[in-house]
Amino acid sequence: MGKKTNQSIAFWTFRILGLLVVAILFWILGFIVWHGVGVISWDFLTTAPTDGMTGGGIFPAIVGTFCLIIGSMVIAFPVGVMSAIYTTEYAGNGKIVRFIRVMTNNMSSIPSIIFGLFGMSLFVNTLGFGDSIIAGSFTLGLLVLPLVIRTTEEALKAVPDSYRTGSLALGATKLQTITRVVLPTAFPNITTGLILSIGRVSGETAPILFTVAAYFLPKLPASIYDQVMALPYHLYVIATSGTDLEATRPIAYGTALVLIAIVLVMNLLASMMRRYFGGKNKVN
Amino acid sequence: MIETKNIDFYYGDFHALKNISMKMEANTVTALIGPSGCGKSTFLRLFNRMNDLIPGAKLTGECLIDGQDIYGKSVQVDELRKKVGMVFQKPNPFPKSIFENVAYGLRVNGVKDRNFIKQRVEESLVGAALWDEVKDKLKKSAFELSGGQQQRLCIARALAISPSVLLMDEPASALDPISTSKVEELIHELKRDYTIVIVTHNMQQAARISDKTGFFMLGELVEYSDTKKMFLNPEKQQTQNYITGRFG
Repeated sequence: MGKKTNQSIAFWTFRILGLLVVAILFWILGFIVWHGVGVISWDFLTTAPTDGMTGGGIFPAIVGTFCLIIGSMVIAFPVGVMSAIYTTEYAGNGKIVRFIRVMTNNMSSIPSIIFGLFGMSLFVNTLGFGDSIIAGSFTLGLLVLPLVIRTTEEALKAVPDSYRTGSLALGATKLQTITRVVLPTAFPNITTGLILSIGRVSGETAPILFTVAAYFLPKLPASIYDQVMALPYHLYVIATSGTDLEATRPIAYGTALVLIAIVLVMNLLASMMRRYFGGKNKVN
Repeated sequence: MIETKNIDFYYGDFHALKNISMKMEANTVTALIGPSGCGKSTFLRLFNRMNDLIPGAKLTGECLIDGQDIYGKSVQVDELRKKVGMVFQKPNPFPKSIFENVAYGLRVNGVKDRNFIKQRVEESLVGAALWDEVKDKLKKSAFELSGGQQQRLCIARALAISPSVLLMDEPASALDPISTSKVEELIHELKRDYTIVIVTHNMQQAARISDKTGFFMLGELVEYSDTKKMFLNPEKQQTQNYITGRFG
Protein backbone atom coordinates (compact mmCIF):
# COMPACT_ATOMS: atom_id res chain seq x y z
CA MET A 1 0.00 0.00 0.00
CA GLY A 2 1.21 3.46 -0.79
CA LYS A 3 1.66 6.20 1.72
CA LYS A 4 -1.31 7.99 0.31
CA THR A 5 -3.68 5.07 0.83
CA ASN A 6 -2.49 4.72 4.41
CA GLN A 7 -3.16 8.40 4.97
CA SER A 8 -6.66 8.24 3.68
CA ILE A 9 -7.49 5.04 5.61
CA ALA A 10 -6.33 6.73 8.82
CA PHE A 11 -8.21 9.90 7.99
CA TRP A 12 -11.46 8.08 7.29
CA THR A 13 -11.14 5.89 10.38
CA PHE A 14 -10.77 8.95 12.59
CA ARG A 15 -13.53 10.78 10.84
CA ILE A 16 -16.01 7.91 11.02
CA LEU A 17 -15.28 7.28 14.69
CA GLY A 18 -15.66 10.98 15.41
CA LEU A 19 -18.96 11.17 13.61
CA LEU A 20 -20.10 7.96 15.29
CA VAL A 21 -20.01 9.68 18.69
CA VAL A 22 -22.18 12.49 17.41
CA ALA A 23 -24.50 9.99 15.77
CA ILE A 24 -24.95 8.05 19.00
CA LEU A 25 -25.69 11.23 20.92
CA PHE A 26 -28.32 12.26 18.40
CA TRP A 27 -29.73 8.77 18.38
CA ILE A 28 -30.26 8.82 22.15
CA LEU A 29 -31.70 12.32 22.07
CA GLY A 30 -33.91 11.53 19.11
CA PHE A 31 -35.11 8.31 20.74
CA ILE A 32 -36.11 10.10 23.94
CA VAL A 33 -37.72 13.01 22.14
CA TRP A 34 -39.59 10.72 19.75
CA HIS A 35 -41.12 8.67 22.54
CA GLY A 36 -41.42 11.37 25.14
CA VAL A 37 -42.64 14.46 23.38
CA GLY A 38 -46.19 13.08 23.10
CA VAL A 39 -46.88 13.17 26.82
CA ILE A 40 -45.34 16.60 27.43
CA SER A 41 -48.08 19.05 28.20
CA TRP A 42 -48.72 21.83 30.65
CA ASP A 43 -50.61 19.36 32.84
CA PHE A 44 -47.78 16.85 32.73
CA LEU A 45 -45.36 19.51 34.00
CA THR A 46 -47.64 20.95 36.67
CA THR A 47 -49.58 18.09 38.27
CA ALA A 48 -48.69 15.24 40.58
CA PRO A 49 -48.80 11.56 39.52
CA THR A 50 -52.19 9.90 39.88
CA ASP A 51 -53.70 6.43 39.70
CA GLY A 52 -50.78 4.58 41.27
CA MET A 53 -48.35 6.55 39.08
CA THR A 54 -49.90 5.37 35.83
CA GLY A 55 -51.29 8.82 35.09
CA GLY A 56 -50.88 12.47 35.93
CA GLY A 57 -47.69 14.47 35.76
CA ILE A 58 -44.30 14.81 37.36
CA PHE A 59 -44.54 18.20 39.06
CA PRO A 60 -43.34 17.02 42.52
CA ALA A 61 -40.28 15.39 40.94
CA ILE A 62 -39.38 18.57 39.06
CA VAL A 63 -39.72 20.63 42.22
CA GLY A 64 -37.73 18.04 44.16
CA THR A 65 -34.89 18.07 41.65
CA PHE A 66 -34.72 21.86 41.81
CA CYS A 67 -34.70 21.74 45.62
CA LEU A 68 -31.76 19.35 45.49
CA ILE A 69 -29.93 21.49 42.92
CA ILE A 70 -30.25 24.58 45.11
CA GLY A 71 -29.48 22.72 48.32
CA SER A 72 -26.38 20.98 47.03
CA MET A 73 -25.04 24.17 45.41
CA VAL A 74 -25.53 26.15 48.62
CA ILE A 75 -23.29 23.56 50.25
CA ALA A 76 -20.75 22.74 47.54
CA PHE A 77 -20.24 26.19 46.04
CA PRO A 78 -18.90 28.18 49.02
CA VAL A 79 -16.86 25.26 50.35
CA GLY A 80 -15.43 24.41 46.92
CA VAL A 81 -14.61 27.99 45.96
CA MET A 82 -12.99 28.74 49.29
CA SER A 83 -10.83 25.64 49.28
CA ALA A 84 -9.79 26.41 45.70
CA ILE A 85 -8.84 29.92 46.81
CA TYR A 86 -6.78 28.38 49.58
CA THR A 87 -4.92 25.97 47.32
CA THR A 88 -4.21 28.39 44.47
CA GLU A 89 -3.82 31.76 46.21
CA TYR A 90 -2.45 30.97 49.63
CA ALA A 91 -0.89 27.56 49.95
CA GLY A 92 1.90 27.72 47.36
CA ASN A 93 2.99 24.33 46.12
CA GLY A 94 3.97 22.49 49.27
CA LYS A 95 3.30 18.97 50.41
CA ILE A 96 -0.07 19.77 51.99
CA VAL A 97 -1.42 21.28 48.80
CA ARG A 98 -0.26 18.39 46.67
CA PHE A 99 -1.88 16.04 49.18
CA ILE A 100 -5.15 18.00 48.99
CA ARG A 101 -5.03 17.86 45.16
CA VAL A 102 -4.42 14.14 45.02
CA MET A 103 -7.23 13.57 47.50
CA THR A 104 -9.60 15.81 45.55
CA ASN A 105 -8.89 13.80 42.43
CA ASN A 106 -9.40 10.56 44.31
CA MET A 107 -12.68 11.85 45.64
CA SER A 108 -13.97 12.49 42.15
CA SER A 109 -13.37 8.86 41.21
CA ILE A 110 -15.40 7.39 44.07
CA PRO A 111 -18.53 5.68 42.67
CA SER A 112 -21.64 7.70 43.42
CA ILE A 113 -23.39 4.82 45.18
CA ILE A 114 -20.65 5.00 47.83
CA PHE A 115 -21.57 8.64 48.39
CA GLY A 116 -25.16 7.50 48.76
CA LEU A 117 -24.26 4.95 51.43
CA PHE A 118 -21.96 7.39 53.19
CA GLY A 119 -24.66 10.04 53.13
CA MET A 120 -27.19 7.64 54.57
CA SER A 121 -24.84 6.61 57.34
CA LEU A 122 -23.70 10.13 58.27
CA PHE A 123 -26.49 12.56 57.45
CA VAL A 124 -29.58 10.38 57.64
CA ASN A 125 -28.68 8.23 60.63
CA THR A 126 -25.79 9.63 62.68
CA LEU A 127 -26.77 13.28 62.38
CA GLY A 128 -30.43 12.35 62.47
CA PHE A 129 -31.62 14.37 59.48
CA GLY A 130 -33.67 11.41 58.31
CA ASP A 131 -34.53 10.99 54.64
CA SER A 132 -34.68 14.67 53.79
CA ILE A 133 -33.72 17.44 51.37
CA ILE A 134 -30.91 18.47 53.69
CA ALA A 135 -29.41 14.97 53.84
CA GLY A 136 -29.68 14.62 50.06
CA SER A 137 -28.21 18.05 49.46
CA PHE A 138 -25.20 17.35 51.66
CA THR A 139 -24.63 14.04 49.88
CA LEU A 140 -24.90 15.55 46.40
CA GLY A 141 -22.80 18.53 47.57
CA LEU A 142 -19.99 16.20 48.58
CA LEU A 143 -20.28 14.40 45.28
CA VAL A 144 -19.70 17.53 43.17
CA LEU A 145 -17.21 19.17 45.52
CA PRO A 146 -14.19 17.91 43.54
CA LEU A 147 -15.70 19.26 40.32
CA VAL A 148 -16.32 22.69 41.87
CA ILE A 149 -12.83 22.79 43.37
CA ARG A 150 -11.12 21.77 40.15
CA THR A 151 -12.97 24.19 37.88
CA THR A 152 -12.48 27.04 40.37
CA GLU A 153 -8.76 26.28 40.61
CA GLU A 154 -8.46 26.40 36.84
CA ALA A 155 -10.42 29.65 36.75
CA LEU A 156 -8.14 31.25 39.35
CA LYS A 157 -4.99 30.04 37.62
CA ALA A 158 -6.17 31.65 34.40
CA VAL A 159 -6.06 35.10 36.05
CA PRO A 160 -2.76 36.73 35.01
CA ASP A 161 -0.28 37.27 37.83
CA SER A 162 0.23 40.83 36.66
CA TYR A 163 -3.21 41.67 38.07
CA ARG A 164 -2.15 40.41 41.46
CA THR A 165 1.18 42.25 41.52
CA GLY A 166 -0.50 45.37 40.15
CA SER A 167 -3.04 45.29 42.95
CA LEU A 168 -0.52 44.55 45.70
CA ALA A 169 1.73 47.35 44.44
CA LEU A 170 -1.13 49.78 45.06
CA GLY A 171 -1.21 48.90 48.73
CA ALA A 172 -4.04 46.38 48.54
CA THR A 173 -3.87 43.49 50.97
CA LYS A 174 -3.88 39.94 49.71
CA LEU A 175 -7.52 39.49 50.69
CA GLN A 176 -8.51 42.72 48.89
CA THR A 177 -6.59 41.58 45.84
CA ILE A 178 -8.47 38.28 45.82
CA THR A 179 -11.94 39.71 46.43
CA ARG A 180 -11.65 42.80 44.22
CA VAL A 181 -9.51 41.68 41.30
CA VAL A 182 -8.92 37.92 41.16
CA LEU A 183 -12.43 36.64 41.90
CA PRO A 184 -14.29 39.09 39.62
CA THR A 185 -11.93 38.20 36.80
CA ALA A 186 -12.31 34.47 37.38
CA PHE A 187 -16.05 34.71 37.99
CA PRO A 188 -17.30 33.67 34.51
CA ASN A 189 -15.20 30.50 34.54
CA ILE A 190 -16.21 29.72 38.11
CA THR A 191 -19.85 30.05 37.08
CA THR A 192 -19.24 27.63 34.25
CA GLY A 193 -18.03 25.10 36.80
CA LEU A 194 -21.08 25.77 38.92
CA ILE A 195 -23.44 25.11 36.05
CA LEU A 196 -21.64 21.90 35.09
CA SER A 197 -22.06 20.76 38.69
CA ILE A 198 -25.77 21.52 38.48
CA GLY A 199 -25.98 19.29 35.43
CA ARG A 200 -24.24 16.54 37.32
CA VAL A 201 -26.40 16.91 40.42
CA SER A 202 -29.70 16.92 38.56
CA GLY A 203 -28.92 13.62 36.87
CA GLU A 204 -27.58 11.57 39.80
CA THR A 205 -29.69 8.76 41.20
CA ALA A 206 -27.48 6.69 43.49
CA PRO A 207 -26.63 9.42 46.03
CA ILE A 208 -30.29 10.33 46.58
CA LEU A 209 -31.58 6.78 46.68
CA PHE A 210 -31.05 6.33 50.44
CA THR A 211 -30.93 9.94 51.52
CA VAL A 212 -33.89 11.86 50.18
CA ALA A 213 -35.78 10.39 47.25
CA ALA A 214 -39.41 9.43 47.81
CA TYR A 215 -41.04 6.63 45.85
CA PHE A 216 -44.33 8.46 45.63
CA LEU A 217 -45.09 11.73 47.37
CA PRO A 218 -47.69 13.85 45.62
CA LYS A 219 -47.34 16.88 47.90
CA LEU A 220 -44.60 19.48 47.86
CA PRO A 221 -42.00 19.68 50.64
CA ALA A 222 -42.75 22.06 53.50
CA SER A 223 -39.24 22.24 54.94
CA ILE A 224 -35.70 21.01 54.30
CA TYR A 225 -36.42 18.06 56.58
CA ASP A 226 -39.00 16.66 54.18
CA GLN A 227 -38.50 13.99 51.57
CA VAL A 228 -39.00 14.84 47.91
CA MET A 229 -39.42 13.01 44.66
CA ALA A 230 -36.66 13.57 42.11
CA LEU A 231 -36.62 13.14 38.34
CA PRO A 232 -33.89 10.50 37.94
CA TYR A 233 -35.27 8.30 40.71
CA HIS A 234 -38.84 8.75 39.51
CA LEU A 235 -37.71 7.63 36.09
CA TYR A 236 -36.12 4.53 37.57
CA VAL A 237 -39.24 3.73 39.55
CA ILE A 238 -41.79 4.04 36.79
CA ALA A 239 -39.57 2.24 34.31
CA THR A 240 -38.95 -0.78 36.54
CA SER A 241 -41.42 -1.22 39.34
CA GLY A 242 -44.81 0.16 38.40
CA THR A 243 -48.04 -1.77 38.48
CA ASP A 244 -48.51 -1.51 34.75
CA LEU A 245 -45.17 -0.98 33.00
CA GLU A 246 -46.65 -0.81 29.50
CA ALA A 247 -49.04 1.96 30.51
CA THR A 248 -46.36 4.00 32.22
CA ARG A 249 -43.79 3.75 29.43
CA PRO A 250 -44.77 7.10 27.85
CA ILE A 251 -44.56 8.77 31.27
CA ALA A 252 -41.08 7.36 31.69
CA TYR A 253 -39.99 8.79 28.34
CA GLY A 254 -41.57 12.11 29.20
CA THR A 255 -39.69 12.21 32.49
CA ALA A 256 -36.44 11.35 30.71
CA LEU A 257 -37.08 14.15 28.23
CA VAL A 258 -37.63 16.72 30.98
CA LEU A 259 -34.50 15.56 32.79
CA ILE A 260 -32.37 15.72 29.66
CA ALA A 261 -33.80 19.12 28.80
CA ILE A 262 -32.81 20.50 32.20
CA VAL A 263 -29.26 19.18 31.86
CA LEU A 264 -28.96 20.42 28.27
CA VAL A 265 -30.23 23.87 29.14
CA MET A 266 -27.69 24.05 31.98
CA ASN A 267 -24.83 23.08 29.68
CA LEU A 268 -25.94 25.54 27.02
CA LEU A 269 -26.14 28.26 29.64
CA ALA A 270 -22.60 27.42 30.74
CA SER A 271 -21.13 27.69 27.29
CA MET A 272 -23.09 30.85 26.53
CA MET A 273 -21.79 32.50 29.68
CA ARG A 274 -18.26 31.42 28.88
CA ARG A 275 -18.52 32.97 25.45
CA TYR A 276 -20.22 36.16 26.64
CA PHE A 277 -17.80 36.91 29.48
CA GLY A 278 -14.86 35.45 27.59
CA GLY A 279 -15.27 38.19 24.99
CA LYS A 280 -15.76 40.85 27.62
CA ASN A 281 -12.84 40.03 29.85
CA LYS A 282 -10.32 39.24 27.18
CA VAL A 283 -6.79 39.81 28.43
CA ASN A 284 -5.01 42.15 26.05
CA MET B 1 15.06 60.47 49.79
CA ILE B 2 16.02 56.84 49.38
CA GLU B 3 19.14 55.35 50.85
CA THR B 4 20.49 51.83 50.90
CA LYS B 5 23.33 50.68 53.12
CA ASN B 6 25.28 47.50 52.38
CA ILE B 7 22.40 45.67 50.76
CA ASP B 8 22.94 41.98 50.02
CA PHE B 9 20.13 40.03 48.43
CA TYR B 10 19.77 36.32 47.72
CA TYR B 11 17.34 34.20 45.73
CA GLY B 12 17.98 30.93 47.53
CA ASP B 13 21.69 30.36 46.95
CA PHE B 14 21.98 32.92 44.19
CA HIS B 15 23.68 36.12 45.35
CA ALA B 16 21.71 38.67 43.33
CA LEU B 17 22.84 41.96 44.88
CA LYS B 18 26.26 42.49 46.41
CA ASN B 19 26.88 45.14 49.01
CA ILE B 20 24.96 47.97 47.40
CA SER B 21 25.07 51.39 49.03
CA MET B 22 23.33 54.15 47.17
CA LYS B 23 21.58 57.47 47.85
CA MET B 24 18.80 58.91 45.73
CA GLU B 25 17.75 62.49 46.36
CA ALA B 26 14.13 63.62 46.49
CA ASN B 27 12.64 65.01 43.27
CA THR B 28 15.26 63.51 41.02
CA VAL B 29 15.12 60.78 38.40
CA THR B 30 17.58 57.99 38.96
CA ALA B 31 18.13 55.53 36.12
CA LEU B 32 19.37 52.01 36.76
CA ILE B 33 21.09 50.46 33.76
CA GLY B 34 22.99 47.26 33.10
CA PRO B 35 22.82 44.01 31.15
CA SER B 36 19.94 41.54 31.71
CA GLY B 37 20.21 39.67 34.98
CA CYS B 38 22.48 42.26 36.59
CA GLY B 39 20.13 42.82 39.52
CA LYS B 40 18.73 46.24 38.63
CA SER B 41 15.09 45.12 38.68
CA THR B 42 15.67 43.19 41.89
CA PHE B 43 17.15 46.34 43.38
CA LEU B 44 14.14 48.40 42.27
CA ARG B 45 11.72 45.93 43.81
CA LEU B 46 13.39 46.28 47.20
CA PHE B 47 11.81 49.68 47.67
CA ASN B 48 8.19 48.51 47.66
CA ARG B 49 9.08 45.06 48.97
CA MET B 50 7.73 43.26 45.92
CA ASN B 51 10.58 40.79 46.42
CA ASP B 52 8.80 39.62 49.57
CA LEU B 53 6.49 37.61 47.31
CA ILE B 54 9.33 35.41 46.07
CA PRO B 55 9.90 32.30 48.15
CA GLY B 56 13.49 31.86 49.33
CA ALA B 57 14.41 35.53 49.01
CA LYS B 58 16.72 36.89 51.71
CA LEU B 59 17.97 40.39 52.42
CA THR B 60 20.65 41.88 54.65
CA GLY B 61 21.59 45.51 55.04
CA GLU B 62 19.45 48.59 55.44
CA CYS B 63 17.02 50.28 53.12
CA LEU B 64 15.73 53.69 54.19
CA ILE B 65 13.02 55.84 52.66
CA ASP B 66 12.77 59.29 54.20
CA GLY B 67 14.84 58.01 57.08
CA GLN B 68 12.57 55.05 57.87
CA ASP B 69 13.90 51.50 57.63
CA ILE B 70 11.28 49.95 55.35
CA TYR B 71 12.23 46.43 56.40
CA GLY B 72 11.77 47.33 60.08
CA LYS B 73 9.45 45.26 62.25
CA SER B 74 6.83 47.97 62.66
CA VAL B 75 6.44 48.57 58.92
CA GLN B 76 3.21 47.38 57.32
CA VAL B 77 3.89 46.36 53.75
CA ASP B 78 0.59 47.63 52.34
CA GLU B 79 1.16 51.02 53.99
CA LEU B 80 4.63 51.17 52.49
CA ARG B 81 3.28 50.40 49.03
CA LYS B 82 0.91 53.34 49.33
CA LYS B 83 3.94 55.58 49.67
CA VAL B 84 6.00 53.83 47.01
CA GLY B 85 4.11 53.42 43.75
CA MET B 86 5.19 51.14 40.93
CA VAL B 87 4.74 50.97 37.18
CA PHE B 88 5.50 47.66 35.52
CA GLN B 89 7.18 46.66 32.30
CA LYS B 90 4.01 45.52 30.58
CA PRO B 91 0.93 47.67 31.08
CA ASN B 92 -1.25 45.72 33.52
CA PRO B 93 -4.59 47.50 33.88
CA PHE B 94 -7.31 45.57 35.70
CA PRO B 95 -10.29 44.26 33.70
CA LYS B 96 -12.33 47.19 34.98
CA SER B 97 -13.37 50.57 33.63
CA ILE B 98 -10.85 53.35 33.14
CA PHE B 99 -12.33 55.19 36.11
CA GLU B 100 -12.27 52.13 38.38
CA ASN B 101 -8.67 51.38 37.47
CA VAL B 102 -7.57 54.75 38.79
CA ALA B 103 -9.95 54.69 41.75
CA TYR B 104 -8.80 51.21 42.79
CA GLY B 105 -5.87 52.32 44.95
CA LEU B 106 -8.09 54.79 46.79
CA ARG B 107 -10.83 52.25 47.37
CA VAL B 108 -8.57 49.54 48.76
CA ASN B 109 -7.09 52.12 51.08
CA GLY B 110 -10.48 52.85 52.55
CA VAL B 111 -11.43 56.08 50.79
CA LYS B 112 -15.24 56.26 50.55
CA ASP B 113 -15.88 59.94 49.72
CA ARG B 114 -17.23 59.84 46.17
CA ASN B 115 -16.45 63.42 45.30
CA PHE B 116 -12.92 63.07 46.53
CA ILE B 117 -12.43 59.90 44.48
CA LYS B 118 -13.82 61.62 41.40
CA GLN B 119 -11.53 64.56 41.89
CA ARG B 120 -8.46 62.38 42.51
CA VAL B 121 -9.18 60.28 39.42
CA GLU B 122 -9.31 63.38 37.28
CA GLU B 123 -6.17 64.88 38.83
CA SER B 124 -4.29 61.62 38.36
CA LEU B 125 -5.35 61.24 34.74
CA VAL B 126 -4.35 64.85 34.10
CA GLY B 127 -1.07 64.15 35.87
CA ALA B 128 -0.45 61.14 33.64
CA ALA B 129 -1.26 63.20 30.51
CA LEU B 130 -4.19 60.95 29.66
CA TRP B 131 -7.21 63.02 30.71
CA ASP B 132 -7.95 64.62 27.35
CA GLU B 133 -7.92 61.27 25.59
CA VAL B 134 -10.23 59.46 28.02
CA LYS B 135 -12.43 62.06 29.72
CA ASP B 136 -15.43 61.12 27.57
CA LYS B 137 -15.11 57.38 28.08
CA LEU B 138 -14.23 56.88 31.72
CA LYS B 139 -16.78 54.08 31.99
CA LYS B 140 -15.28 52.11 29.09
CA SER B 141 -13.07 49.11 29.74
CA ALA B 142 -9.38 49.89 30.18
CA PHE B 143 -8.66 47.22 27.57
CA GLU B 144 -10.07 49.46 24.87
CA LEU B 145 -7.07 51.77 25.22
CA SER B 146 -3.89 51.39 23.18
CA GLY B 147 -0.76 49.98 24.81
CA GLY B 148 0.71 53.42 25.37
CA GLN B 149 -2.52 54.74 26.84
CA GLN B 150 -2.77 51.68 29.08
CA GLN B 151 0.71 52.37 30.42
CA ARG B 152 -0.19 55.98 31.18
CA LEU B 153 -3.34 54.68 32.84
CA CYS B 154 -1.14 52.51 35.05
CA ILE B 155 0.93 55.59 35.87
CA ALA B 156 -2.28 57.48 36.73
CA ARG B 157 -3.35 54.55 38.89
CA ALA B 158 -0.07 54.77 40.80
CA LEU B 159 -0.35 58.57 41.17
CA ALA B 160 -3.89 58.43 42.56
CA ILE B 161 -2.80 57.33 46.02
CA SER B 162 -0.27 60.20 46.21
CA PRO B 163 2.94 58.26 46.66
CA SER B 164 6.21 60.07 47.33
CA VAL B 165 8.33 57.62 45.35
CA LEU B 166 7.57 56.19 41.92
CA LEU B 167 9.34 53.03 40.78
CA MET B 168 9.34 52.24 37.08
CA ASP B 169 10.48 48.91 35.69
CA GLU B 170 11.24 49.48 32.00
CA PRO B 171 7.96 51.35 31.61
CA ALA B 172 8.42 52.03 27.92
CA SER B 173 9.92 48.76 26.73
CA ALA B 174 6.60 47.44 25.43
CA LEU B 175 5.61 50.71 23.75
CA ASP B 176 6.01 52.19 20.30
CA PRO B 177 8.30 55.26 19.81
CA ILE B 178 5.52 57.85 20.00
CA SER B 179 4.06 56.41 23.18
CA THR B 180 7.57 56.13 24.55
CA SER B 181 8.30 59.79 24.04
CA LYS B 182 5.00 60.66 25.72
CA VAL B 183 5.90 58.58 28.74
CA GLU B 184 9.36 60.15 28.83
CA GLU B 185 7.91 63.66 28.76
CA LEU B 186 5.61 62.61 31.53
CA ILE B 187 8.48 61.35 33.68
CA HIS B 188 10.13 64.72 33.23
CA GLU B 189 6.97 66.45 34.49
CA LEU B 190 6.46 64.08 37.40
CA LYS B 191 9.94 64.78 38.75
CA ARG B 192 8.64 67.97 40.35
CA ASP B 193 6.45 66.05 42.77
CA TYR B 194 7.96 62.59 43.00
CA THR B 195 11.23 60.83 43.54
CA ILE B 196 11.57 58.54 40.55
CA VAL B 197 13.68 55.44 40.13
CA ILE B 198 13.57 53.89 36.70
CA VAL B 199 15.07 50.70 35.31
CA THR B 200 15.79 50.88 31.60
CA HIS B 201 17.53 48.90 28.90
CA ASN B 202 17.61 51.90 26.65
CA MET B 203 20.78 53.94 27.14
CA GLN B 204 19.48 56.94 25.22
CA GLN B 205 16.44 56.94 27.42
CA ALA B 206 18.55 56.94 30.57
CA ALA B 207 20.59 59.83 29.16
CA ARG B 208 17.49 61.78 28.19
CA ILE B 209 15.42 61.55 31.34
CA SER B 210 17.61 60.93 34.36
CA ASP B 211 19.64 63.13 36.69
CA LYS B 212 21.74 60.33 38.04
CA THR B 213 22.54 56.90 36.68
CA GLY B 214 23.65 53.71 38.38
CA PHE B 215 25.35 51.01 36.33
CA PHE B 216 24.87 47.45 37.60
CA MET B 217 26.74 44.34 36.57
CA LEU B 218 26.60 40.83 38.03
CA GLY B 219 24.88 42.11 41.14
CA GLU B 220 27.32 44.90 41.84
CA LEU B 221 26.93 48.62 41.53
CA VAL B 222 29.86 49.38 39.24
CA GLU B 223 29.43 53.10 38.97
CA TYR B 224 26.97 55.69 40.21
CA SER B 225 27.20 59.32 39.22
CA ASP B 226 25.53 62.26 37.48
CA THR B 227 24.05 61.07 34.22
CA LYS B 228 25.99 63.63 32.18
CA LYS B 229 29.27 62.56 33.67
CA MET B 230 28.41 58.89 33.31
CA PHE B 231 27.73 59.14 29.62
CA LEU B 232 30.45 61.63 28.70
CA ASN B 233 33.23 60.62 30.97
CA PRO B 234 32.72 57.40 32.91
CA GLU B 235 35.27 56.46 35.54
CA LYS B 236 35.32 52.72 35.01
CA GLN B 237 36.34 50.86 31.89
CA GLN B 238 33.37 48.45 32.29
CA THR B 239 30.93 51.35 32.23
CA GLN B 240 32.61 52.77 29.17
CA ASN B 241 32.34 49.40 27.42
CA TYR B 242 28.67 49.00 28.29
CA ILE B 243 27.45 52.42 27.31
CA THR B 244 29.36 52.43 24.08
CA GLY B 245 27.67 49.12 23.28
CA ARG B 246 30.66 46.84 23.31
CA PHE B 247 28.67 44.27 25.28
CA GLY B 248 25.30 43.88 26.89
